[in-house]
Amino acid sequence: MDTSLNNDLITRPDSMLGRVISSAKLRDAVKGIKRIKRSHRQIRTENVFKKTLVIVALSTVVLVLGIMVTLAWQSTLSIKASGLSYLWGKVWDPVQDIFGAYPFILGTLLTSFTALIISIPFSFAVGIFLGEYFPNGLASNFLKNTVELIAAVPSVIYGFWGLAVLVPIVRSFETSIGVAPVGLGIFTSSLILAIMIIPYAASLTRSMIQMVPSNLKEAAYSLGATRWEVIRSVILPYTKSGLFAGILLSLGRALGETMAVTMVIGNTSLIPKNIFSPGNTMASIIANEFTEADHPVYLSALIELGLVLFLVTVVINMLGRRIIKQFTQE
Amino acid sequence: MESTIVKSVDYNAYFGDNHVVKNVNIEIPRNNVIAVMGPSGCGKTTFLRGINRMHELIPGATSKGKIQLNNDDVFDMHPIFVRLKIGMVFQRPNPFPNLSIYDNVIAGYKLNGIKLPKAEKDKIVEHSLTRVALWNEVKDSLTKKGSFLSGGQQQRLCIARAVAMEPEVLLFDEPTSALDPISTSTVEELFHELKKNYTLIIVTHNMQQAARVSDKTAFFYMGELVEYDNTKQMFTNPTDIRTQNYITGRFS
Repeated sequence: MDTSLNNDLITRPDSMLGRVISSAKLRDAVKGIKRIKRSHRQIRTENVFKKTLVIVALSTVVLVLGIMVTLAWQSTLSIKASGLSYLWGKVWDPVQDIFGAYPFILGTLLTSFTALIISIPFSFAVGIFLGEYFPNGLASNFLKNTVELIAAVPSVIYGFWGLAVLVPIVRSFETSIGVAPVGLGIFTSSLILAIMIIPYAASLTRSMIQMVPSNLKEAAYSLGATRWEVIRSVILPYTKSGLFAGILLSLGRALGETMAVTMVIGNTSLIPKNIFSPGNTMASIIANEFTEADHPVYLSALIELGLVLFLVTVVINMLGRRIIKQFTQE
Repeated sequence: MESTIVKSVDYNAYFGDNHVVKNVNIEIPRNNVIAVMGPSGCGKTTFLRGINRMHELIPGATSKGKIQLNNDDVFDMHPIFVRLKIGMVFQRPNPFPNLSIYDNVIAGYKLNGIKLPKAEKDKIVEHSLTRVALWNEVKDSLTKKGSFLSGGQQQRLCIARAVAMEPEVLLFDEPTSALDPISTSTVEELFHELKKNYTLIIVTHNMQQAARVSDKTAFFYMGELVEYDNTKQMFTNPTDIRTQNYITGRFS
């Protein structure tokens, strides 16, 4: 420490006291300067940090827009060749350059909505159980983690499991009801998708149910309502828009799921006759035929499918998020 | 001699290991207004919620002892039956936000799946809203949502909702603590009317309110029922030193 400043203080008669006071003052002064320097540095770091954040955040937006632009640009060839009839063209024949997306749009809608219908009772049950009956405790944590684990399993594993376990079961079921026993097809894909989307709707349902004000539930209980009556008449009406959004978001997930579906759907470009027929979804045909696309229009047609799928999932996701936002603001 | 409608015998309530209500013995006479007062955390609300078995809805909450309604132990009855006989009004007005005023009044019937002819429903709604002095204010807007009303009106709507079920006892958990002074006095006036048909048990933080509205007052402190007597007696000549200290404002 620089002592020249308080030299004259030391020579004073009350030097001991003066020294104590002055060195304390000096320390404070030095500290003050350091603090100012440090705060300059802090501000600089803060600015750099903020700029970095903005750049990173913007680049994700650019990335998404870039994907969309690329998809649109790459599919111009196909759009020129087939026009709008691409969307309802019933034949997909790459050899003769006929590209109609209808079988895959239908396949996507069929698998996703069937999956949704199968999964809703399960995800609502799990959500209600975790949100209202057992919000905390050992059993509830165990169930919650298990359900969340469903989302963490890689989809190729579901594909394997579907081929090894579900396909034989579905095949014997098809034999028993007198449908061609293929095992692979729309229905098997829907079953797998249903399992895969349960965690999304379930966790949203749970958090929506936990947001219901307890004074409303108590009002209903105090009027002699049972638990089921409280769920039906208070919780469900209060959360209905949120539950709908949960369904939409899991639909968005189901629409785009590729690997597991490709493995069990049977991969045919024909229009599915019924729910047990083999088929293809938009995602599965892209995965299946992308490497075989040997001429530009074929490739472009596949990319146009990707564009349609992209737009549909974006719209559904945005809708779902908007509804949830409105719900949480109320 | 007045007949007893609610009686508790060695009633104890717990939240986990926390002993909140200790050995409460009390007899509540029919068609009276009973004020339950005491400092925060004295167990008065927990005791109130024990009477209609709302206490046990909270995870980890348990109780011991008896609470009798007309000499029958409520713990031997189905909780739904108990809550139909003993209505409740809460601290914050809590009308169902998605229901109209009309539907809020008959919400108890709807919740319990009781289907009534329209004429009878109309009668119940008018009758209940008249009882709480709200009919004239809302009779032209029965289809509007209950949340459009002012706080005081909402609270009276909640009382009407409880009254509509024709209970024998009405429990009030600090019913005016979220209301302005004018709404408070409207609700207090109601108590005098309501006691003709029901027995009212009112938990209150407000000593003046207890003195104004009640026939008998119970003073709770640290989970115990310290003193229970006619309100006049209690406020002029309390026997227990703790009651005296509380009434004279030495602690609150």
